Amino acid sequence: MRVIILGATSGIAEATARLYAKEGADLLLVGRQAERLAAIATDLKARGAISTQVAVTDLAATTDARQELAGFIERLGGVDHVLIAYGILGDQDQAWADPAEAARILTVNFNSAAAWILAIADRLERKGRGSLVVLGSVAGDRGRRANFVYGAAKAGLATLVEGVAHRFAGKGPRIVVVKPGPTVTAMTAGMVRKGPLWASAEQVALVVRRAADRGGPVAYAPWFWRYIMLIIRFLPAPIFNRLEI
Amino acid sequence: MSRFQETDSILSWGRVVRASHMAARPAWRDELPGLLTEATSDGRSVLALGLGRSYGETGLNPGGAVIDMTGLDRIIAFDPESRILRAEAGLSLGAILEVIVPHGLFLPVTPGTRFVTLGGAVANDVHGKNHHAHGTLGRWVRGLGLLRSDGTRHLLGPDDTTGLFAATIGGLGLTGLIEWVEIELIQIASAMIDAETVPFEGLDGFFELASESSEAFDYTVSWIDCLASGPSLGRGLFSRGRHSPAGPLRAAMGAPGPSMPIDLPGFVLNAASIRAFNALYLWNGRRRSGTSRMPYTPFFYPLDAIGNWNRMYGRRGMYQYQSVVPLAVAADATRAMLQAIAEAGQGSFLAVLKTFGDKASPGLMSFPQPGTTLALDFPNRGDETLRLLARLDSIVAEAGGRLYPAKDGRIPPALFRSGYPDWERFAAHVDPHVSSLFWRRMGA
Repeated sequence: MRVIILGATSGIAEATARLYAKEGADLLLVGRQAERLAAIATDLKARGAISTQVAVTDLAATTDARQELAGFIERLGGVDHVLIAYGILGDQDQAWADPAEAARILTVNFNSAAAWILAIADRLERKGRGSLVVLGSVAGDRGRRANFVYGAAKAGLATLVEGVAHRFAGKGPRIVVVKPGPTVTAMTAGMVRKGPLWASAEQVALVVRRAADRGGPVAYAPWFWRYIMLIIRFLPAPIFNRLEI
Repeated sequence: MSRFQETDSILSWGRVVRASHMAARPAWRDELPGLLTEATSDGRSVLALGLGRSYGETGLNPGGAVIDMTGLDRIIAFDPESRILRAEAGLSLGAILEVIVPHGLFLPVTPGTRFVTLGGAVANDVHGKNHHAHGTLGRWVRGLGLLRSDGTRHLLGPDDTTGLFAATIGGLGLTGLIEWVEIELIQIASAMIDAETVPFEGLDGFFELASESSEAFDYTVSWIDCLASGPSLGRGLFSRGRHSPAGPLRAAMGAPGPSMPIDLPGFVLNAASIRAFNALYLWNGRRRSGTSRMPYTPFFYPLDAIGNWNRMYGRRGMYQYQSVVPLAVAADATRAMLQAIAEAGQGSFLAVLKTFGDKASPGLMSFPQPGTTLALDFPNRGDETLRLLARLDSIVAEAGGRLYPAKDGRIPPALFRSGYPDWERFAAHVDPHVSSLFWRRMGA
C-alpha cells in the first residue's frame, strides 16, 4: 500500500503512520521540518514500513498543488491512501485584533488545504480508486467564542469534503473528514488537558486509519463526539449563548 | 505561553503520595533544552517522568516541574544484524518488544511490567528474573544521551571515565535528562517460553531449587505465601523458564485487557481476604505445576493483564517493599522478615523471592547485589503498616542489605546511606537543577 501523508509531523499523523507502518506500507512523509521528518521516517522503517520517503515543503505556500502532487505520486510509484493532517490552531484573540493572524489561520487551514483536496480528489476520480482522509475538527460543527476562526476554516473543509463525497457517490474513490475532539498533541501543548473528553493521538489514529477503508464521509474521533456534537448543534442559540463552553 | 501546566493528576504507582506539579509533555527532542531552561528559570527543580510505575517518591517532584517523556518514543536506529537498538527515552519496553520480537530478538533484561519507558528502566537500572544470568539492564546499555540543565549534551557509554555514565545507570533520573538510550538485544528462536512451576514447602526448599535452577534456566522467581507460619513458613511456588527453541516469532500486541475501574473499598482488603487469596494462588499453582509452553507476556508480565491493578489497594494506596540481603545471611534474614510479617498479620498478596547473581552493574547506585531479594506489597493502613516496615528495616540493616528506591516510598535516610555506600560519589554527579521528593527526603 502506498500512502502520502501531508503534515506528517503532526501528532495524529505520526500515530496514523505507525499503523500504516505495521501493515508494511510504502510511505511518503510531507512537511516543513526536514530533521523531524527524518526522525519519523527512521522510526517508521523500524516499525515495519517497507519504504519511507521524505518531502520537505511548505504545504500552505503551495501555488500549484496538482503539479506538486504529481511529483509526490511519481516518487511513490502511485498512491492508494492520502491523509491531509497539517493545520494550525492560531490565536483567537490575536485573530480578532489583527486581520493578518485571521488570514493566516484561514489560509493555512482552509485555502491551502482546499487546493490540496481538490487536486487529490481529481486524481482519485480519474484513477477510479484510492482514498483521501482529511483531518477536520469538532470545532467546525458550531462556532464557539474560544476558536471560531479556526472553527470556520474546519467547517469549510468539512463542507468541501462532503461535497466531494457526494460527487464520488457510487464511484470507486472515497473521501472522509475525521473530526477529532480535543487531543493530546503538540498543537494543544499550552492547554490544560484534563478531563475524560481528551483523547490520545493513538485513539484518534485508529479512527483515521479505519476511515480510509470504510464508513461514511464524516467520522468523529473518538466516536462519542458524534453524539455530543449532535446535541451541541441543535441547542437553540439563546441557550447555547449562555453556556460557558 | 508557558509550556508547563499545573496538574494534580501525577501519582506514585503506590498511590500513597499525591502531589501537584508543573508538567510539560514535549513531542520532540529539540524542545528539551528550551523546556529545561523554562522549568528552571525561576529557581524550580525539574525531573523527567516516564510511565509512572515507580511505587514511591523517586518519580515525583512536588512543587517543582516534571517533563513527561512519553511523547519522545521514536526508534532512532535499529539493526537486527548487530542486535543494537537506539531509541528515545520515552519508548516503552512493550513497544520495543513489538518491534524486535518478529526479528527474533528480545530484551536482555525485563522487569515485571512492560509499561515502563526505556529511560526509566535505565534510571532505575531494572533487573528481571534472569539477574543470575544477565545482571541488570545497565550492563546492556551501549550508550546514552544525557542533557544537563546547563544546556550541555553528553554522549555516555561504558567507556566513560568521568563517572557520569556510572552515576546515570540507576541514578534515578537525577543526573540530567536521559534523551535516548542504545541497548544490545539478545537472540531468541521463538516468542514462547518453556515454563515450569515447582511447589516447595519451606525456605530451605526455595534455596535448594534456586541453586539447582540457576545454571539450567534463564529465568527464575518464586511466589511466597507470606501469611503461612510455623512449619509452612516460606512455602510457595518456584517458577523457572527459558526461551523455547522453536515456535512462532509473534509479538504480543498492546491490546488492553480488563482494567480496574475504581479504587476497591478498603474493607475488601483484610487479613482474611489476603489469606484466602494466598491460599488460593498456592493451591492453583500446585494444581497446575509442571511444565508448559506459554507466550512471553503472561510469563513475564502477569500483572499487566489487569490495567491499573494498583487501584486494587483502594484510595489509601499501598507500600511496596523490596530488599536484598547478602547470601551468607539470606536464609536467616528472609526467615526473620517472613516471621515478622506473619506475626503482624499484615500480609502482602504476593511476596516475590529471587536470588541475585554476582554480575556487577556499571551503575554506582544500582540496587541488585549478590544475595536474596524479597519484594512485598502492603495495603496502606497508616501507622500499623509503617511500624511493620520499620521492623523489616531493622532486619535488612542488620543483615547489611539495602532497599530498592524505585519500589519504596519511605526509605529512612540512614538505611539509604548504609545500603548505598557510594551515595556521596553519586551526589557529586547530580544535576544541580534536577531533584525529586526522594532525593530531598534523603537530605541531599
